[in-house]
Amino acid sequence: MVSRLTREDALELFQKANLLELGERANARRWELNPKPVVSFVIDRNINYTNICSSGCAFCAFSRPPGHPEGYVLSYEQIFQKIEELIQQQGTQILIQGGLNPDLGLSWFEELFREIKKNYPIHIHGLSPPEIYFLAKKQGLSIKEVLVRLKSAGLDTIPGGGAEILSERVRAELCPKKVSAKGWLEVMRDAHQLGIRSSATMMFGCIETDEEIIEHLLKIRELQDQTKGFIAFIPWSFQPKNTRLSDVSSADGVRYLRALAISRLVLDNVQNIQASWVTQGAKIAQLALFFGANDFGSTMLEENVVRSAGAEFRMSKEEIVRQIKSTGLKPVQRDALYNWIQEF
Amino acid sequence: MKILSIGKKKMREKIKEKVKAGERLNEQEALFLFEQNDLLWLGSLANLVKERISGNQVFFNLNRHINPTNYCKNRCRFCAFSASFGDKHGYQLSLDQISEIAEQTGDIYEFHIVGGLHPEWDFNYYLQILKLLKQKKPTALLQAYTAVEIDHFSKISGLSLKQTIAELSSAGLNAVPGGGAEIFAKEVREKICPEKISAEQWLSVHRALHQAGIQSNATMLYGHIEKYEHRVDHLKRLRELQEQTKGFASFIPLAFHPKNTRLEHPYYTTGLDDLKTIAVARTYLDNFPHIKAFWIMLGVKLAQVSLWFGADDFDGTVEEEKITHMAGALTPSGLSRAELVALIRSAGREPVERDTLYQVKRIW
Repeated sequence: MVSRLTREDALELFQKANLLELGERANARRWELNPKPVVSFVIDRNINYTNICSSGCAFCAFSRPPGHPEGYVLSYEQIFQKIEELIQQQGTQILIQGGLNPDLGLSWFEELFREIKKNYPIHIHGLSPPEIYFLAKKQGLSIKEVLVRLKSAGLDTIPGGGAEILSERVRAELCPKKVSAKGWLEVMRDAHQLGIRSSATMMFGCIETDEEIIEHLLKIRELQDQTKGFIAFIPWSFQPKNTRLSDVSSADGVRYLRALAISRLVLDNVQNIQASWVTQGAKIAQLALFFGANDFGSTMLEENVVRSAGAEFRMSKEEIVRQIKSTGLKPVQRDALYNWIQEF
Repeated sequence: MKILSIGKKKMREKIKEKVKAGERLNEQEALFLFEQNDLLWLGSLANLVKERISGNQVFFNLNRHINPTNYCKNRCRFCAFSASFGDKHGYQLSLDQISEIAEQTGDIYEFHIVGGLHPEWDFNYYLQILKLLKQKKPTALLQAYTAVEIDHFSKISGLSLKQTIAELSSAGLNAVPGGGAEIFAKEVREKICPEKISAEQWLSVHRALHQAGIQSNATMLYGHIEKYEHRVDHLKRLRELQEQTKGFASFIPLAFHPKNTRLEHPYYTTGLDDLKTIAVARTYLDNFPHIKAFWIMLGVKLAQVSLWFGADDFDGTVEEEKITHMAGALTPSGLSRAELVALIRSAGREPVERDTLYQVKRIW
């Protein structure tokens, strides 16, 4: 085991090491932590139950404010239909996420999750920290109370969305109405303590500094030291189209691979790092497997949020398998907890 | 990590030593490199050679592509661009239209002109295109007509290759692009482009160009039905000619694009294969000054990454690329100078603006 990177070392590596040096170090760490020549992926679909959102984040092209004519809420029936389609395609989990919709209370989710669990053998990976925080405020409950109720209704794990960059400076500019960095970490801490595991994300390539990227990673690492609740980390780059920040040029290929590599190196206590083909396309996602990633993410039969912002990549299960195989590694379908289900 | 066999380990060490010492790799070693999936190791070899040749610099051009026609006597199976008379997507540019393009084009260093073998145009028409562009924009160099077109001109005009080249040269030709090489091996050529000139003829045209003092490039179309052995054979023949003439400026690997083609190979190349091909080319083609990342075909992101895997040239602004876009390229059809500079800088390299002949115009 190599010694842990300090803040200074991490920043120096991130800014000064050339792409090959950084890649080699991240790749070495990947093989230490995940020694089997395997790349996993999950078959799932995103279900974005509503796009109505009171948060109004500057980087988002998906949301519509309450009262907007293009706002929608999916009915339970529509959601069940989507789950049935997913199960037919050997899907094992749904990623259920949406806007901060003032019309949807905790009971709407409790009932939904109960109905889903009653009828379908499917893992519910749902409600990122901003949604949980919003529900707590709306209901006048503590975060823990909300989590306990959601868990008993059927919530299995929590997606790591809404982390963006865990810096109050960045958040004040990008998403002032969204849960703070501190609040995001609190939701995750509470969830982990209740036995609800989660992933964590980072959205970079927007207005953040290099120092803030390292800060983000250190905050995740610190919480993980205490809870061990994070299963995976997913760095992905801001997609500017159709957002209020459309004049920001998004992270390029080198920046993405560097951010991925430094994530692998700093987060020595998070087992899995996901490549993001949704934001990078198949080619760069495949290269990510040499820069620290050991997971290809999911098939995402449906994805709406990033697509609204101009990322139009699509990948079938077959294509994911082909991409992994052509690196000489073995593709494995996994479940939400990274247990292996099927080899290809 | 996968355990390497002793033989493989020895081979890797031997190759690394040779590359470090600046020794030339043989074909068996090039083939071995193609068979490796250890991308960062390949990158480190290629980067040694790249930095030995061009340090931290990465070159780019301000250029505009003009594809005068897509009507083509050859109907290569991998091509989604070409058309026959009567096809809906067929087109040909008049001299007036070409003149208009020249007038609309801003400050550039190069027109890059490649098109089909038009069944009816005579040699004079192709010469007129050059003269017209030279007249409209005297400062832009003309990188025009692949070996396949030049061979065609010689046939339709009844002139020898040498005379044909002399005519082109006096009409304003400055350099020749590397297209039409595809894969040299006969068995592959017969399947993907049976009407096209042979490898021997392609190489003869470039030899004649170099003898006339005209610089050219070389390409390789990979990622379709060819095998690694074919790629190595292709690189070998290029290296041999270059050893004799020193006339090639850059080598440009071209990733096959499957859409709208008649080859039964439905896949785009993978990122690994793209970088591997660039890296092996850089390592093996030690007598080529430059390896070009043609971002139109690789994708902008991957082309940028390739600057650490052997490429030292980002091509140029391009503007209005048609050939690859008709085969399903997902890239934009042009990039601005500012975008190119930013991409190269962000990769940690020094952007150098150049013209067709690699004369430095500005270091950014």
